[in-house]
Amino acid sequence: MQVNLKIKRYNPETDTKPHWQEFQVEVEETDRVLDALHEAKWRHDGTLTFRRSCAHGVCGSDAMVINGRNALACGLLMRDAGSNITVEPIRGLTVIKDLVVDMEPFFAQYRSVMPFLINDDDPGYKERYQSAEDQQRFDDTTKCILCAACTTSCPVFWGNGSYVGPAAIVNAHRFIFDTRDHGAAQRLDILNEKSGVWRCRTAFSCTQACPRDIKITEAIQDVKRAILFDRV
Amino acid sequence: MKIHHHSYDAVIVGAGGAGLRAAIEVAGKCRVAVLTKLYPTRSHTGAAQGGVCAALANVEEDSAEWHAFDTVKGSDYLGDQPAIDVMCHEAIDAVIELEQFGLPFNRTPEGKIDQRRFGGHTRAHGEAPVRRACYSADRTGHMILQTLYQQCVKREVNFFNEFQVLDVAFSDGRLAAVIAYELATGDMHVFQTKGALFASGGFGKMFKVSSNAHSLTGDGPGLLYRRGIPMQDMEFFQFHPTGIYKLGILLTEGARGEGGILRNADGERFMERYAPTVKDLAPRDMVSRAILTEIREGRGIGTRKDYVHLDLTHLPPEQLDEKLPDITEFVRTYQGLEPKTDPIPIQPTAHYAMGGIPTNVDGEVVVDADNTVFPGLYAAGECACVSVHGANRLGTNSLLDIIVFGRRGGRAMADFSVTSDMPDLPGTVGDVAGDVVRRIDEMKRRDGDEKLAPLREQLQDSMMEHASVFRTEASLTSAQSTIDDVRERYKNITIDDKGHTFNYDLTEALEMEYLIDLAESLVVGAQARTESRGAHFRDDHPVRDDESWMKHTLATRQDDGSIALSYKPVIGGKYEPMERKY
Repeated sequence: MQVNLKIKRYNPETDTKPHWQEFQVEVEETDRVLDALHEAKWRHDGTLTFRRSCAHGVCGSDAMVINGRNALACGLLMRDAGSNITVEPIRGLTVIKDLVVDMEPFFAQYRSVMPFLINDDDPGYKERYQSAEDQQRFDDTTKCILCAACTTSCPVFWGNGSYVGPAAIVNAHRFIFDTRDHGAAQRLDILNEKSGVWRCRTAFSCTQACPRDIKITEAIQDVKRAILFDRV
Repeated sequence: MKIHHHSYDAVIVGAGGAGLRAAIEVAGKCRVAVLTKLYPTRSHTGAAQGGVCAALANVEEDSAEWHAFDTVKGSDYLGDQPAIDVMCHEAIDAVIELEQFGLPFNRTPEGKIDQRRFGGHTRAHGEAPVRRACYSADRTGHMILQTLYQQCVKREVNFFNEFQVLDVAFSDGRLAAVIAYELATGDMHVFQTKGALFASGGFGKMFKVSSNAHSLTGDGPGLLYRRGIPMQDMEFFQFHPTGIYKLGILLTEGARGEGGILRNADGERFMERYAPTVKDLAPRDMVSRAILTEIREGRGIGTRKDYVHLDLTHLPPEQLDEKLPDITEFVRTYQGLEPKTDPIPIQPTAHYAMGGIPTNVDGEVVVDADNTVFPGLYAAGECACVSVHGANRLGTNSLLDIIVFGRRGGRAMADFSVTSDMPDLPGTVGDVAGDVVRRIDEMKRRDGDEKLAPLREQLQDSMMEHASVFRTEASLTSAQSTIDDVRERYKNITIDDKGHTFNYDLTEALEMEYLIDLAESLVVGAQARTESRGAHFRDDHPVRDDESWMKHTLATRQDDGSIALSYKPVIGGKYEPMERKY
């Protein structure tokens, strides 16, 4: 199929502001939007710049705004994207070049919630046991690939970059509700600050944007309740 | 072009499972920098699905010795048995350590780490499949990558994200520096260091249909090869039996571990004919050959009769939801099929390099048949060849390889770095970065009429057609002539992007050189090896020849660009080679 690909472009070395450029590319219906971007880059204009790696939705490199909505370019097929496609960088993070944004603030927020198991007990050379039910409590939030599709779809985050954002909360949730972890109180304190969970207005944008189908808004509500009722 | 100078005790190149596990080992012992051309969590370890094997015996009787036997047999007796012993015995501790790092394994009803069946892993030396693979649904690699990254965040490991390593410098016979290109700025960075561990992953992008990420272009092996380090056993490249038709996206062997069945156009469970005991859970080399044999003999499916089915339709739907949620979703997304009711079109996909940078069991790079250590240089993971996988890797043993040998390599490098002096650079910082600066300048100035993409496709097509699962003298000669042609035309490729900010046009062009070099080392090694062993199958030499060929290939690049082959003995052990039947 012939596709009209309209891409928001910006080159910091030559441009003072972003502009749109259109490419006509030939792709299959079963191709990914990523394949169409490659087609444009490889056959038309090598300066077109975007991140990508795994090309099947597990590495989280290629989150972008496609037809107005956040998605992974490798997770959306052409037959679903249509023959007129607009592509923009994800919002709320500084654009460096074309579809490449500065990911550092996003990862700084991730790091701020202590995203690692806190447990100083020495179990010796043995595995810790955990029931399947306890493992299920945080199973959903372990799926996160840190693509930033959620955080950069959040209207609160657009308005206030100090908001820790859904992705960081998801990664805090993953440990707060893990029975093996002893750091829940510290993390809940961090998320109880004014940059934390209370900024969430349950717009559900994050949940809709998540390419891993994580129930993000629900996870944020779990954390809010844990703070309110002091109960994990 | 700006050139920056850094000084570290240790540098790790690559931030997938092996690099991150090494970083955990080095952190706190000396000053370490981890360089990755991606972000750590984008690494391809995250795409691994099915599990990591360790003889925990949580659900049935098992032993590390059985695991070692299976691995030796799976390697078609090309794996070094002492290294395999190390891996299979340390597996237990390494997996328990992952649990202690917080990895969310699936659990048994008693709360232990659950285990499932995987190809080639058996009880009592081949009696029947055994439950040995520890897993997190079908995202085990994702959970390992995330968990190791979390531990690095905890230890405040110093990452240089989106720094692409393009060269190394040696002085006085030891490693002296790693040279990296900063993607965001186009600046060069010389990391003067006592030790460097390469954990840069594989190079499956030399093939058309591959489970590999776009970034898997063999940068680490490629640049070391250019600096005279030999590559070992390059002719052994694994094709995973179940890639999504045409796309090559991996569908885990765990699907067959859970009871999935391969069927041909007649609906026949054909693996019963090829491996009567373990059937669909035979090792990957055998299953891939069986699939392509079915296709060759006209029992393929579809209008072109060029695929077979992976059938999961008889499994309880809740088992698919619970144990295989990701791959069933891939099938829905990319094929528009419902795996609960539709059989899945699959074909073998280029998956894993058994060969690579030769190392010993401590991750030290060894450069000749006497296993002479090159001081300061280490490698671990897919880019390395220990050799534990020999001619064919068993499923789950790659995740095991990265955690066992990432840890060992990191530990050895830390010990070395703590006790040795900082090497002198072989010249000024400008001299050390000079080759790379010239390559980049030259690439940007070029004005030829070739484009990179079609050239890369030509290489990938030829490698897929002529140097994949089945090979002959004639097919390999054809692959070699394509490589020669591509190499010549590569001199005339021109890039559009002349800038210095995120110039992927440039880095893709530089990566192509590694793919060409490594493809050639594969083809030359395969041409010389006139036998069939593991993943290397020659239609014109279909039998394994232990007398002549139970030895590792070393391919060394000569100054004129040609390849010199030499060989080194396989290190044996208690298992004598026997016919490989399953």
